[in-house]
Amino acid sequence: MITFGDVNYVDPWWVQIIKAIIIFAVGLQLVPVVLVVERKLLGRFQARYGPNRVGPFGVLQPIADILKLLSKEHSRPTTSIGPLFTVAPMISLITAIAALAIVPFGNVVNIFGTEVGLYGIDVGIGPLYLFACGAVAFYGLMLGGWSSGSKYSFLGAMRAAAQLISYEVSQGLALIGVIMTAGTLSLVGIVEAQESMWYIVPQFVGFIVFLTAGFAETNRPPFDLSEADAELVQGYMTEYGGGRFASYYFAEYLNLIVISAITATVFLGGWLLPFGLDPPAWVDPIVVLAKMGLIVAFFIWIRATLPRLRYDQLMALGWKILLPLATLNVLVTAILVVTT
Amino acid sequence: MTPWNPSDDVIAVQRGPEPGGPSAAYRAFGETLRGMKTTFARVLEGPKTIQYPEEKVPVYPRFRGRHKLHRFEDTGLEKCVGCSLCAAACPADCIRVVAAENTPENRVSAGERYAAVYEINMSRCIFCGYCEVACPFDAITMGHEYELSDRHRGDLIFTKEMLLAEPLERTPLRAEGE
Repeated sequence: MITFGDVNYVDPWWVQIIKAIIIFAVGLQLVPVVLVVERKLLGRFQARYGPNRVGPFGVLQPIADILKLLSKEHSRPTTSIGPLFTVAPMISLITAIAALAIVPFGNVVNIFGTEVGLYGIDVGIGPLYLFACGAVAFYGLMLGGWSSGSKYSFLGAMRAAAQLISYEVSQGLALIGVIMTAGTLSLVGIVEAQESMWYIVPQFVGFIVFLTAGFAETNRPPFDLSEADAELVQGYMTEYGGGRFASYYFAEYLNLIVISAITATVFLGGWLLPFGLDPPAWVDPIVVLAKMGLIVAFFIWIRATLPRLRYDQLMALGWKILLPLATLNVLVTAILVVTT
Repeated sequence: MTPWNPSDDVIAVQRGPEPGGPSAAYRAFGETLRGMKTTFARVLEGPKTIQYPEEKVPVYPRFRGRHKLHRFEDTGLEKCVGCSLCAAACPADCIRVVAAENTPENRVSAGERYAAVYEINMSRCIFCGYCEVACPFDAITMGHEYELSDRHRGDLIFTKEMLLAEPLERTPLRAEGE
């Protein structure tokens, strides 16, 4: 029975507040970590060291970057529309943080006599919530680019809009195979359904499509058409500087983290371990974070490898390859689910 | 049947596979994997960076860095006799020599005269090495030092004392056959 719109397990209100604070704190701490890991890994992929001057092994580099950005003046072009220009990065950031709420780091566990679910909230519409956040996040890019009053920003925003919309379709379709197999939209339910086998094996096509669309959704290379430093001078964030630019940057990396976490949850079995390993419940979040880290590393690997696609190639890949593949995947899965 | 008969020296153009279609997608996927292999091999290879201020690229023995003025090792007299041939040879016009007579009380160089003033303006020098070639007494040679930045232009005018002083050898020399 597929349920829509209800919440599977409701914690006491004070637990929810504590959980929100913890997820907020941990989630935001992950961004500087990913930032420095990305730069160091990119360096390794290019046979160099990456940042290694600020702090031991350069680990304080993102702190220095963020401090520098935050201490800068909030300038804006005279052609820009003030309120929208200010609000746009906030929309991006808020939606990115909100999407973090549904990532399950573990099942319901008993902590000091209180039943606590190791997730923000286990909604019965899990992936839909994710796509809703993604769809709103696109207003952040769109408004940011448009209200800047600059042609490069506008072009970047238009590209971002077209790209996000076309890839969201395939991304959603790729998840439908999983949802049909699991018979639930709850992410916790999807993880529990992977007890016998992770969905990366039966839903391999879905995994590939989801990941590829994930690159486009997070504006990561090779699909960073909306930023395209070489042709669009950073696209929709051309006119942004200081804290606002930092917000966009932060949102981008949060999106990367969310997509990685969702991929780990949906296709790599969340907190489940293979070979019948059943560690105590406190290991579960670490397992999820480790799987997430692997996918982030994969994203960085791809960034170090592939050049940016041309715009028509991007559209062709989205509509002519990913969408038919995802549809076919849904079709085959549906037949298999119905017949078995 | 072709409308004209190509002779034997006409070669058909080799074309790649047609773009587009599922086969192109398959090829692109394969090439992507190949590219990923290439980048991953760089990780296993390890960084090639030379961490500059700590590590330095060794220079070749004939590297032309900052000049040195020399003394005779046995007598301690300067080799430079103030002939100004180096200044004449210098295409950048960065050497200034003012010669003075040696006297029995004040004997500075081995010859008749010596350089009372010997200045090289390092902000003009192009490190061509003509001064070294022009010098009849091998009094001036090009050293290996290349870290010559300073805060003021005036500090880049090297006087005779600075050029005569034994330089801090901060540049590693390339070993034989390296």
